[in-house]
Amino acid sequence: MKRPGRMLAEVLRSALRKPATVLYPFVKILMPEHFRGRLHFIPEKCIGCKLCMRDCPANAIQIIKVADKQFRCEVDLARCIYCAQCVDSCPRKALEASREFELAQLQRKDLFMRESPDPSKVSAPASEQPKTESAKSEPAPANKPANG
Amino acid sequence: MFEGESVQVPVGPQHPALKEPTSFMLTLQGEKILQIAVRLGYNHRGIEKACEERTYVQGIYLIERICGICSHSHATCFVQAVEEIVGIQAPPRAQYIRTIVAELERIHSHLLWLGVAGHEVGFDTLLMYSWRDREIVMDLLALLTGNRVNYGINTFGGVRRDISPEQKADIFTRLNALEERTKYYVSVATQETTLINRLRNVGVLSPADAVRMGAVGPTARASSVDRDIRRDDPYLAYGEIPFKVITADCNDVYGRTLVRVGELMESYKMIRHALEHLPDGPIAVKAPRKVPAGEALGRYEAPRGEDVHYVRGNGTEKPDRVKVRAPTLANVQAVAKMLEDRYLADLPIVVAAIDPCFSCTDRLTEVRRADGPSSVLHWEQLRQYGIEWHRRHGIDFSKLNNSFRCPEDH
Repeated sequence: MKRPGRMLAEVLRSALRKPATVLYPFVKILMPEHFRGRLHFIPEKCIGCKLCMRDCPANAIQIIKVADKQFRCEVDLARCIYCAQCVDSCPRKALEASREFELAQLQRKDLFMRESPDPSKVSAPASEQPKTESAKSEPAPANKPANG
Repeated sequence: MFEGESVQVPVGPQHPALKEPTSFMLTLQGEKILQIAVRLGYNHRGIEKACEERTYVQGIYLIERICGICSHSHATCFVQAVEEIVGIQAPPRAQYIRTIVAELERIHSHLLWLGVAGHEVGFDTLLMYSWRDREIVMDLLALLTGNRVNYGINTFGGVRRDISPEQKADIFTRLNALEERTKYYVSVATQETTLINRLRNVGVLSPADAVRMGAVGPTARASSVDRDIRRDDPYLAYGEIPFKVITADCNDVYGRTLVRVGELMESYKMIRHALEHLPDGPIAVKAPRKVPAGEALGRYEAPRGEDVHYVRGNGTEKPDRVKVRAPTLANVQAVAKMLEDRYLADLPIVVAAIDPCFSCTDRLTEVRRADGPSSVLHWEQLRQYGIEWHRRHGIDFSKLNNSFRCPEDH
């Protein structure tokens, strides 16, 4: 039946209902399990192949060698577009995307993630080199497929 | 205002009844529009050029950001074109997942449009309620792909995320709820007399004009132009999914509303069919990093109409040329026709009725004399030019863009 005020009943019903919005920041909605939020780096797994750096569309990620087979990861969170291509590109799953999405900062320099290997595990460079396990010495797999 | 005298009124570039910048120069006689000139270019970002400087993998994410609403359309269109050059095909399961995301995107886009259309005619109740319910599909997209917009589901040779059986069940429940709500909006759109009277005979585009102006998508289909790439040139899994192409013969904004709400109802059926017939198997095949020399054209029925991507490879990791023809570029000329001899007050809803996306459309055209000097700007020069231009206008971007590293005091 064509008539004006077709949505009136809905509007009146809604007046008695709870709001559709949540009281953020007091109530928080949890993002789904596979959400592509802030990145996390697992230093023990990184082999320094830098495939993540090569595929990053925003040039936001850097892998820096700190000692033999020890790598630090730096991500400019302001540049990161949260596509998680680096997570897919990584052959060793050293990067993972988390559900964190509240990344606002007051200063640009705070929008920066630097995740280093545990200092106690970092072997001193050069002299102590042979002490680290040699079985796992694998060259950076440059020929590995990267586009997940 | 004296009879016969005309005035020029600029609408835009800021807030030309839309959230995106574009400019309409109107020649008015009283309240009547005599002539309308559209000027694009306020949102030009040089994405086509930037693609040439990035690898194909990086290109997917850049192409996806052409548009925030139909990001999957652009990415899939691009990926399909590249896959054609390489000569690989995504496995059937990947094709189905891409189709499901594509139809979910259509649902969110059309629900968004319904709200915007309501807003433009002063029916904000419709805006508020349709957008509230649109959250259901946004959450579904976040669940399936990992984000509410810019889903990033595509990769060369397949998709990045699989659909688990639990997710499947979840989609069915949420889809049922959303379909219930959409039925309600269909009833509002077809029964609310204030809405019908406001939209009837506004922005009339005759079928002949629609074809002549090259209109695409719901804009064309509302003028009885029975065109849909999903049926005419099936891609993804559309060849295997039964669906009706919705057309209307009203030729006006009301027809465009009917087509869109009709397409919504079709999309629910298509997603259900695709989920029920989801083939087993891998979700991606391996794709080479280097794309051989060759060219391909991708066609895709985006929520707003046919989207076309042309890609030319040259045997390296980076494309030689990427060209995008977004649906709004095809539709925007029809707006001028729709508004001729109409009233100024119809401008917002007529412009909104093609569901314009100016970030998709904006491009740069350089008109050169055939015998004049020619020059080619490389990416670095273009970037430098942009920085200099802004500096002359009092904004200095140079520091901001060059610093990858954060200051050491961190």
